[in-house]
Amino acid sequence: MARVQPILSIRNLSKTYAGGFQALKDVSLDIERGEIFALLGPNGAGKTTLISIVCGLVNPTAGSASVDGYDIGRDYRETRFRIGLVPQEFPVETFETVTKTLAFSRGLFGRPPNSAHVEKVLKSLSLWDKRDEKIIALSGGMKRRVLIAKALAHEPTLLFLDEPTAGVDVELRKDMWRVVESLREDGCTVILTTHYIEEAEQLADRVGVINHGELILVEDKDRLMREMGKKELTLSLSASLDTVPAALGKHGLSLADEGSKLVYTYDTQSERTGITALLADLNAEGIHFSDLETKQSSLEEIFVDLVRKPEAG
Amino acid sequence: MNLHAVKAIYAFEMARMWRTAVQSLVAPVLSTSLYFVIFGAAIGSRITEVDGVPYGAFIVPGLIMLSIMTESISNSSFAIYFPRFTGTVFEVLSAPVSYVEVLLGYVGAAATKSMIIGTIIFLTANLFVPIEVAHPFVMVTFLLLTSVAFCLFGFILGVWADGWEKLTIVPILVIMPLTFLGGTFYSISMLPPIWQTISLANPVVYLISGFRWSFYENADVSVVLSLGMTTLFLLVCLLTVRWIFKTGYRLRT
Repeated sequence: MARVQPILSIRNLSKTYAGGFQALKDVSLDIERGEIFALLGPNGAGKTTLISIVCGLVNPTAGSASVDGYDIGRDYRETRFRIGLVPQEFPVETFETVTKTLAFSRGLFGRPPNSAHVEKVLKSLSLWDKRDEKIIALSGGMKRRVLIAKALAHEPTLLFLDEPTAGVDVELRKDMWRVVESLREDGCTVILTTHYIEEAEQLADRVGVINHGELILVEDKDRLMREMGKKELTLSLSASLDTVPAALGKHGLSLADEGSKLVYTYDTQSERTGITALLADLNAEGIHFSDLETKQSSLEEIFVDLVRKPEAG
Repeated sequence: MNLHAVKAIYAFEMARMWRTAVQSLVAPVLSTSLYFVIFGAAIGSRITEVDGVPYGAFIVPGLIMLSIMTESISNSSFAIYFPRFTGTVFEVLSAPVSYVEVLLGYVGAAATKSMIIGTIIFLTANLFVPIEVAHPFVMVTFLLLTSVAFCLFGFILGVWADGWEKLTIVPILVIMPLTFLGGTFYSISMLPPIWQTISLANPVVYLISGFRWSFYENADVSVVLSLGMTTLFLLVCLLTVRWIFKTGYRLRT
């Protein structure tokens, strides 16, 4: 079966700014149609530069990118028509009303007026009641929604969300997540950058990690968590220990909570987890426990590991 | 051609004008009326005629040009600088629009506003002095060319400026002196010969002279030369804007 063309294809993209700072180094990436892709990376890693190049805000130094098979430079009308961008900051026309600013965005991107679509977008973002209000009168969270509504006004098929929930409260963040989920249901491809790893964990189908301008990993989120994630078994001891007995040394145990807990880390992917042998050795040493719990490492821990590795090396 | 985008930008800019109608329309009319009172009535009463035209009527074309130039620069420079300042320019830069469409929207709206102001000042002047226009078509041509050329110049200024000070410094330090020394209130034939020659290096002389000719059929320089210089200025501005969009100067990093 023929492979479906990616909605976004980036090839060997590099960007060096005038001051000499190399923000992107030979980045290649394909984004599949309809997926939610989370681009993770610390500040200054190159996330916004990557998005800005695809959207036409930053000129690339080398490489190419295409949207739906159209080149972002040569066929800029075709590519930009398909793209919606929600930037990090709050750049909105403060003296305009919500409806008028959406009408402006829709027209700017080449779409004729369509009040039914604008109404649908406003209602999906709980902005319908605010439609005639000036943006200056809205709260920060509402302004963020307006930015998303503006990006959706021209019915894009590829939406970039650059830190969509930065600085918003937990409730609004969860509202945003619902919006993103509904976009997925409508078939819109979403690429989001975020500092909140929990967000990527919650929403993304695939995860990309970028650091120092290099894309160091692109992986299916579930597989990533399965393969790179570790599990910890924590045993609450009946009696505290000062040190880990020598006979248990081979298990690589560590003590926690002033010796009241033993922590065992194991790989879920290996053939044997070693838990049975550990429990037998504990029994042989006369060490008893009153409770036990296991914990899977989060995407955040995996991310921190990935980003730290090259620096440590 | 993305006509929806042109319409969106144009409508947005015109809406901004109506939102600030007092500042946009009343202020230039008031300041021009004051010029009429001071130079036309008070001081002008001591000057009988210039080149056979009563002084009050003589200064009308110059005053209209003065307003057109300053308003065109101020409107279009603000129109592009403010979105750059607030960051909202990202939307225009990421939209499927060419520089021609951006210009049609921004410069078209700014030039429309200048034309409206020019017309209002013309009508206001009629309240102070009787005015006849010998060549209405030439008058409208000059009005249009000057509005578009200076709106383009303002657009360049708005892109070049990286602070509010730079945005205002060029109109105050360059345009205002050139306009006042360009024959707004006098004919350059009234100057000593050396200053007449120096004045010919001032591009505003050609604009005002040509525009005044359309009213009273007398000019400091040939009307064809005036038209040619105005068109040349417009083309230089247009090519500069084209270069700005091609290279992304101060717009794209």
